[in-house]
Amino acid sequence: MGVADWLRGGRSSASGDDIEGRSRALVVRQNEYGYDAFGLSRDHLRTAARLASWLYRYYFRAEAHGIENIPASGRVLFISNHSGQLPYDGLVIGMSVFLEPPQPRLVRSMVEHFVPTVPFVSYLLSRWGQITGTPENCRRLLNDDEAILVFPEGARGISKPFSKRYQLADFGLGFMRLALETGTPIVPVAVIGAEEQAPAINLRSLAKLLGSPSFPIVPYPPFVPLVPLPVKYRLYFGEPMTFTGDADDDDEVLDEKARAVKHRIQSMIHLGLRERKHVFW
Amino acid sequence: MSSGEPTAAEPRKVVITGIAGRLGRVVARRLHHDPRFRLVGLDRRPFVGKPKDLDHYQVDLRSKKARDIFRAGDVAALIHLGVMHDPRATPAELYSWNVGGTSRLLEYAQAYGVPKVVLLSSANVYGPRPDNPQFLTEEAPLLAAQRFPQMRDLVEIDHLASTFFWKARAIETVILRPVHILGTVHNAPSNYLRLDPIPTLLGFDPMVQVIHEQDVAQAIAAALAPGARGIYNIVGPGEVPLSVLLAELGRRVIRIPHPLARGLWSAAFRLGLSGYPVAELDFIRYVCMVDGSRAEHELGFRARHSLRETIRAVDEPADL
Repeated sequence: MGVADWLRGGRSSASGDDIEGRSRALVVRQNEYGYDAFGLSRDHLRTAARLASWLYRYYFRAEAHGIENIPASGRVLFISNHSGQLPYDGLVIGMSVFLEPPQPRLVRSMVEHFVPTVPFVSYLLSRWGQITGTPENCRRLLNDDEAILVFPEGARGISKPFSKRYQLADFGLGFMRLALETGTPIVPVAVIGAEEQAPAINLRSLAKLLGSPSFPIVPYPPFVPLVPLPVKYRLYFGEPMTFTGDADDDDEVLDEKARAVKHRIQSMIHLGLRERKHVFW
Repeated sequence: MSSGEPTAAEPRKVVITGIAGRLGRVVARRLHHDPRFRLVGLDRRPFVGKPKDLDHYQVDLRSKKARDIFRAGDVAALIHLGVMHDPRATPAELYSWNVGGTSRLLEYAQAYGVPKVVLLSSANVYGPRPDNPQFLTEEAPLLAAQRFPQMRDLVEIDHLASTFFWKARAIETVILRPVHILGTVHNAPSNYLRLDPIPTLLGFDPMVQVIHEQDVAQAIAAALAPGARGIYNIVGPGEVPLSVLLAELGRRVIRIPHPLARGLWSAAFRLGLSGYPVAELDFIRYVCMVDGSRAEHELGFRARHSLRETIRAVDEPADL
């Protein structure tokens, strides 16, 4: 039996998780061909989850705290710090929400607008439930009581250099507008570990030359941060925060609310950093 | 608005442009048996298999004879399907026919008091783009023309009709923007799905929406209801990845890496091997899907054919 058979689901996953059962327990509004309106397919998701659960359990040896704060149903926005050059933090949060609580949930993250132009990635991410990051998509899914993951630091967060680790970059306000508009509770998430998975420095001059927002290099082959270091991930899910107010308020008013979320995440990060003994175990 | 005359006995005279085309005939068949309507065809082409009691005028939209059809002032509705999509026609010819013809028709409608105008536009006017939201609403800008010179005319027709909607408030104007129409019709999506093997782009499999031609006819019938006016996206039974359409039809697939596709495609078009202008490649690369909830709430329109029936319809023989 090869890897392909294992991925197809010949036996239970290497991580010992019941991927099959959990995939079945997911709430998916699929049509007669097994796809939902955003291109999610349970079969594709199951295959990906087998691989991702191995990364989650054995590579990153993720540890999740505050699982009870993940609502079993209903709309929810997960707001998290973002780092690590490649979005493994999104994958780990997604797997955590899928594997840890009694009722598995599918969390959809908002991908960058260039992603649909990249071959394979374009449709694979959509089969796994990820969506193009537009407010319309987010609004529609929250109104359908789905779970969305937003990194309000965006590209500023993921490409932050090693020297800025665990310092939150500025938060965008889009998530707060959507939370107010759709009456969605916010679950703050602190991710410890990802910020060390790719200790990069940013080559500004090369980035400028290539016209990309950043050009990170890491001090080990292949020098571009493709493979993350096997850091240990620690996730902290905070208590849900609910906000009330007008979604069309001035930026200053929204900024204050967004800052409350940011502070909560920052203090959870501090707590997590104090608790941990080592980056790798 | 009660501008339509709801006389019980007298059937309403409905002019259909493009009636001799495949979709025109489907629409004509749908409305012909309805005792409330008396159909009049307006098309340059002969109407093959025309029912005896249907008047057909084989004239150019832009001609004086076309105006004469409206002159009597008894036309109760105009259904404009006569938009030409022929990719081989010259841009000037297409412009004159499509944009010139449409504005002429709208002129007649206003001059001779046609109370209802239904234009069949297309959801393609929004344009496939990588940053499109999954579902575009009727308020989304019509950006297709930015990348598709061939689409410019269709976008302009849609704009003409929406301007007309505001200008001629006494007339109930309905603009329908259906998703890819499948069936016996000879439009780009149906012809594409009838290819074997079907070329696709390696590593791209966008979600697409399709609708059965008979469901489009039903939407047009719904738009004829007195009081109906506005712009409506018309969707079919659901959304599927492009690959599912191809698998359902059992077609062989050639996956072309997208950097090569543009060159191959335009060469094939120039050699006459393909009927698709190269810009249309984006339709099999990015999403261009619409939200049809407004038509459902306001027109009461819901597609009746299932996804499977809709997809299979491209292989059905045309019954004339």
